[in-house]
Amino acid sequence: MHNEPRLSLHIPEPAARPGDEPNFSGIQIPSAGSTPKPPVDADERSLRDMPYGLVRVLDDDGNAVGPWDPALEADTLRMALRAMMLTRAFDNRLFRVHRQGKTSFYMKSAGEEAISVAQSLALRSGDMCFPTYRMLGWLMARGYPLLDLINQIFSNAADPLQGKQLPILYSAKEYGFYSLSGNLGTRLGHAVGWAMASAYKNDDRIALGVVGEGTTAEGDFHEAMTMASVYRAPVILCVTNNQWAISSFSGIASVGQTTFAAKALAYGIPGLRVDGNDFLAVWAATRWAEQRARLNLGPTLIEMFTYRAEGHSTSDDPTRYRPLHEASAWPLGDPVDRLKSHLVRADLWDDASHEALGRELDVEVKTAVKQAEAIGTLGKSKPPVSSMFEGVFAEPDWRLVEQRREMGV
Amino acid sequence: MIQALNSALDVAMARDPDVLIFGEDVGYFGGVFRVTDGLQAKHGLQRCFDAPIAEGGIVAAAIGMSAYGLKPVAEIQFVDYILPAYDQLVSEAARLRYRSNGDFTAPLVVRSPYGGGIFGGQTHSQSPEAIFAHVTGLKTVIPSTPHDAKGLLLAAIDCADPVIFLEPKRLYNGPFDGDHDRELSTWAGHAAAEVPEGHYTINLGEAAIAREGSDATVLAYGTMVHVALAAVEKTGIDAEVIDLRSIVPLDIDTIVTSVSKTGRCVIVHEASRFGGFGGELSALIQERCFYYLERPIERVAGWDTPYPHAFEWDYFPGPSRVGAALRRVMETN
Repeated sequence: MHNEPRLSLHIPEPAARPGDEPNFSGIQIPSAGSTPKPPVDADERSLRDMPYGLVRVLDDDGNAVGPWDPALEADTLRMALRAMMLTRAFDNRLFRVHRQGKTSFYMKSAGEEAISVAQSLALRSGDMCFPTYRMLGWLMARGYPLLDLINQIFSNAADPLQGKQLPILYSAKEYGFYSLSGNLGTRLGHAVGWAMASAYKNDDRIALGVVGEGTTAEGDFHEAMTMASVYRAPVILCVTNNQWAISSFSGIASVGQTTFAAKALAYGIPGLRVDGNDFLAVWAATRWAEQRARLNLGPTLIEMFTYRAEGHSTSDDPTRYRPLHEASAWPLGDPVDRLKSHLVRADLWDDASHEALGRELDVEVKTAVKQAEAIGTLGKSKPPVSSMFEGVFAEPDWRLVEQRREMGV
Repeated sequence: MIQALNSALDVAMARDPDVLIFGEDVGYFGGVFRVTDGLQAKHGLQRCFDAPIAEGGIVAAAIGMSAYGLKPVAEIQFVDYILPAYDQLVSEAARLRYRSNGDFTAPLVVRSPYGGGIFGGQTHSQSPEAIFAHVTGLKTVIPSTPHDAKGLLLAAIDCADPVIFLEPKRLYNGPFDGDHDRELSTWAGHAAAEVPEGHYTINLGEAAIAREGSDATVLAYGTMVHVALAAVEKTGIDAEVIDLRSIVPLDIDTIVTSVSKTGRCVIVHEASRFGGFGGELSALIQERCFYYLERPIERVAGWDTPYPHAFEWDYFPGPSRVGAALRRVMETN
């Protein structure tokens, strides 16, 4: 006896591969302003359509429309644009620095700058972000010194992490930026625990935990979701859906007929799906979830729907697994261009200022790179070797003392 | 030992409002071995509560809490179930201080019942201390008496580093010398069952000399300390029995002093032998005491099989195997 038809194993494939035209026809984009904005204290049961909408504020012409428009001050918008452009300028420069052999590794945030910049500006200084490695914008928006970033990337004598960590896996507690790691998803549960601690202490700080869509397949994601919902932790959990996990399209992590935001439903927490290339939408959705958390109403899951505009890292070539021009065909555009056109349309900005700012930021980054290079690029300068033995424990035990002596440092 | 551990947690919670406990069944019920009994009623729901069956999530949350500044004491119901949290312990807790250059730290405590001797089969009997000892950045503590259990747990809670605290479950209700056919003994009347009421600590990394002797050295921890003492008694060999108490940090000085004195050494642990912590001890002694050694070092350990239910006492390295090893190291060339 056997089934008719015979069973066959399904292996998902993306709509387009190298050599094909980009194909985003399967993606439904609701018009800007069409997804409703519920009150922040809405009952979760009334929010169950939200994961299937798409919070959008900026329309195709750069107008801010609909209930999610946060009506931000012009200064905030210009500050945001600057931080996003600085992130991009820094990424482009440091990517080249890697190609020049001055460091071992680099990862860009290209296409995702709106997300980290908006979240950094929407949350408070005492809050803590448990970031992914594509959230440089968080630090840029908070004024983290460029020189410290580059010293870390060079693992040189002035590296704030003293050469202990891979380039770009920063840690900046004072800037609300938790220690990064190359393991995926392992810090999402830390965000929940950190938020639980804030609630335990009756403080008013909240946490933001972020993973990519590929990492939602990890058990860590589901354990963090369970813990967050059970203890109603004041945490915002974000899934940055940039469509690609190295070379695996998002369909390898979850089937296309649902959304990553919809994973919230079974946990009984609100799930929002947001246009991640729309600075205003990201800001508004983050603030909505933030207010809920501070009202003791617990966690929110937000899917930031975006596109990873460049390779995963310096170690892969995206033209080997996706169409050459897929990034420019992304139906939700480029986050920097969209915020710029909004500002221009509102008469708060113009092309000349934009170009001038671009040049200014290039110089700023270039100057910082030169300063870091003067200290030393990877291998040309490093912290004292003895520091290798420090920080394993609060106090080194005899093994570390002996091994350091054995090395003669 | 259960009461001693309970007292340690109670004292720690009373001293420091930032100490909190969570784990599977630890709240209202007080834990499957009753170690957290009464703590929720006394200290409140928020300070001792139940957790979902998600060991990775439990340890991850504890790391986040400790990074915030709290002192979480998480319980993993049996150490056999800690493996889903191993990634959190290895990749996160053990390395957070190092990789962030001290920007963030994770001074959590993970308590877990450990070891065999209670007919728990493969999934309630294991002794995986070596897989923690191998991870740089973790401390691993294994008490053998009620007095030590309380002092070591309070020291673990005070510790600035992540600590794995393994509780030999066969010792929860009484000492056990490996003679499984006899009636169960309780801690009543045992010298090390006298537990002061208040706060005291035993430094992590300080071994105890459970029995002084001059002819051979036995290195043991947890349940095996009692087994070793019984074996020494039965053989009549004047062996020094060292209770390591913590394997990281390791009290290398006490070990080296004793083996240099006796020239003969038996290492005993319940965990299976190959790749076990006994291998590390043996290598350290060879490196530091080679010219003092009269005989090859002996290792007595669980066999290299999973922990078999029906063959518990065939697997368990009891006093007769320890005694035989002692006699072998006492042979003259």
